[in-house]
Parts: sequence; structure tokens; C-alpha cells
Amino acid sequence: MDLLTELAILVLAAFVGFEVISKVPNTLHTPLMSGTNAIHGIVVLGGLILIGHVDGVLNDVLLVVAIAFGTINVIGGFLVTDRMLGMFKGKKPDEPR
Amino acid sequence: MSRADVISLLYIVAFSLFIVGLRMLRGPRTAVRGNQIAAVGMAIAVGATLAQPGVGDWLLIVIGVAIGVAVGVPAARSVKMTAMPQMVALFNGVGGGAVALIAVVEFRAADVELPLDALIPLLFAAIVGSISFWGSNVAFLKLQELMKGSIRTPPAVNGALLLIAVALAVVIAAGSESELLFWLILLSAGALGVLAVVPIGGADMPVVISTLNAFTGLSAAAAGIALDNTALIVAGMLVGASGSILTKQMADAMNRSIANVFFAGVGTGATSALAAA
Repeated sequence: MDLLTELAILVLAAFVGFEVISKVPNTLHTPLMSGTNAIHGIVVLGGLILIGHVDGVLNDVLLVVAIAFGTINVIGGFLVTDRMLGMFKGKKPDEPR
Repeated sequence: MSRADVISLLYIVAFSLFIVGLRMLRGPRTAVRGNQIAAVGMAIAVGATLAQPGVGDWLLIVIGVAIGVAVGVPAARSVKMTAMPQMVALFNGVGGGAVALIAVVEFRAADVELPLDALIPLLFAAIVGSISFWGSNVAFLKLQELMKGSIRTPPAVNGALLLIAVALAVVIAAGSESELLFWLILLSAGALGVLAVVPIGGADMPVVISTLNAFTGLSAAAAGIALDNTALIVAGMLVGASGSILTKQMADAMNRSIANVFFAGVGTGATSALAAA
């Protein structure tokens, strides 16, 4: 894909990012930070794509670490966010999940 | 429709779900569902990527993912509610680390000289990813009270470290293929990340973590340009932008400016009053 198309996507995504978080209640700051944190774990895709294309032990080791890091970021991020948000639920009368 | 087209379509579905999920994370009633929707988007993005032609070395992929699951799931399940901020810092840090490592490998593995429109975003990703990795780890150590004290380095030192990293990046962009230089870039950016976060006190740390979170998003977007991957570009930039807004709101909620958090230190009431004036 050519660079200008990618830059167009980048700029549009930036505006969506700015708009989507307009006003957030203070109590949701940390869960929202944690949720966005999980989303940038998408870098794991970079590791998954590259690992089939490179040779050499060091490259493989670095990419396995990168994939492990990315997986921790994604799975840990979403789980932790879910747990934080679970606290909000606890305040209301019990409802089965 | 070719396989590549299907994958591109799935990426579009994935980042649409991220946007919907983020929107829902804004309100207390929809937040839980929003987080789940974003997670589904991530699963779709990963699945689509694994279906790409040329994705291979399945054993290594399984090993990497297994390590990640074995570390991430218990950590996320067992962490105390009061320790959540440092857990987020740690997860953010490994994300930045992943970006930096991917950048190194892409640089090492290129058999031909990378074109500038891939090399420049790659160098950006390496620098910002490394700052985020080391900075976040320091934030974790400080909140966990494994690291105490606050040595304040003169701003000139931090400025010099950034300058070194950028200068080395320029040398590589100008055509040097030295791998050593690339590692030195990561090293100086990493040192900057450490020194910038060390002096910051616990109360301000959420703002710092949120800043580094936005940084990791930006570096992921840059890596996406280098790797020609739309999912990385969109998701990374979404986090970069929304993370910046969030950082601003968190600082506002504490009646502090972001510059104040990073450069003024804690407990210096006079300075913050001055800055506010």
C-alpha cells in the first residue's frame, strides 16, 4: 500500500480516536486506560506476520519474546479491564451475569 | 475475492469493533460489554492474521502465545484491585517492548535496504516503543514499591539522550546498515524512558502510565506503516489519540498540567501553583 493512503488512514484514525473519547466520568479513567492498553496489544500481529519470514536463531528468539509480550498485553489487558469494570457492577443489586 | 481481500475485510470488521468498544467504554453501564466487543475485535484480527499466506513457524508461534497466556492470565486474575494501576503499566510496557523487538527484527531481517517510507516509521516505532517499555517498567517498580527514591536528572541529560537516539536514527536513515547503531538507539531511548519516570511520585503515576499508553499506541501505528498492516495503523492510532485525550482529562481531574507532572515533581506545591497561575 502506498504511503499516502496509509497516512490518510492514520489521520482519520487519529480523529476518530479524539472524538470517541469526548467526556469520560472520572471513575472510568482507569478502566478506559486499561481497555485502550489492551487494544494496542494488536502489535502481536506484527510478530505473527514476521516470524514466518525470518531466519536465524536470534531473530526467532526476539520474535517469540515479542509474541509473548504482545499476548500478555492483549489477554492481560482485556482481563484486567473486565475485572475493574466488575467492581462497578458489584455496587448495583446482584444480577446474574 | 482473494484471500488477501478477505483478510483486509476482517481487519475492517476488527477495527470497527474496537471503535464501538471504545465508545461503549465511556459509560458505566455499557463499559463491560464495550470491553468484550473490543476483545472480539482482537480475536478476529488475530484469526485473520493467522490465515495470511506465508504465516508460518507454527511451533514458535504456539510457544510465544503459550508463554504469553501462562504469564498474562494468572497475573491478570490474581492482581489485587489496589494494584491495578501498576498491572496496567506492566501490560503497557510489554506492548512497547513488543513494538521495539518487532522493529529490530524487521531491520535485521531485511535482505535489501529498506525504503525510507518503511525505515522512518520503523525507527520511530523503535524509539517510542523502547521509551514506553522502560518507562512503564519503572512506573510498575515504583508503584509496587520495589523502587524508591527519586533521583532527578537534569533535563539536559534527558534531552541529550533523545537527541542521541534521533541522531543515530538519522544515520541509519541515511543508509547505514549497522545493527549496533539500531541497538544503541533502543538503549538511549530506554535510558530516557527510565530517567524520565524515576523522579515522578506515586500520585502522578496514572497520568504517566496513560501517557506511555498513548506512546505505545503511536509506536504500534508506526510499526503498522512499516509493515503495511492496516489493523496495526488504525488500532495503534486510535489508542494514540484517545490515550492522549484521556491523559489530558486525568491530569485535569487532578488539577495538574501534563507538563507539570513530568517536569515539576511531586509535593512541590509552590511550583504547581506557579504553573497554574
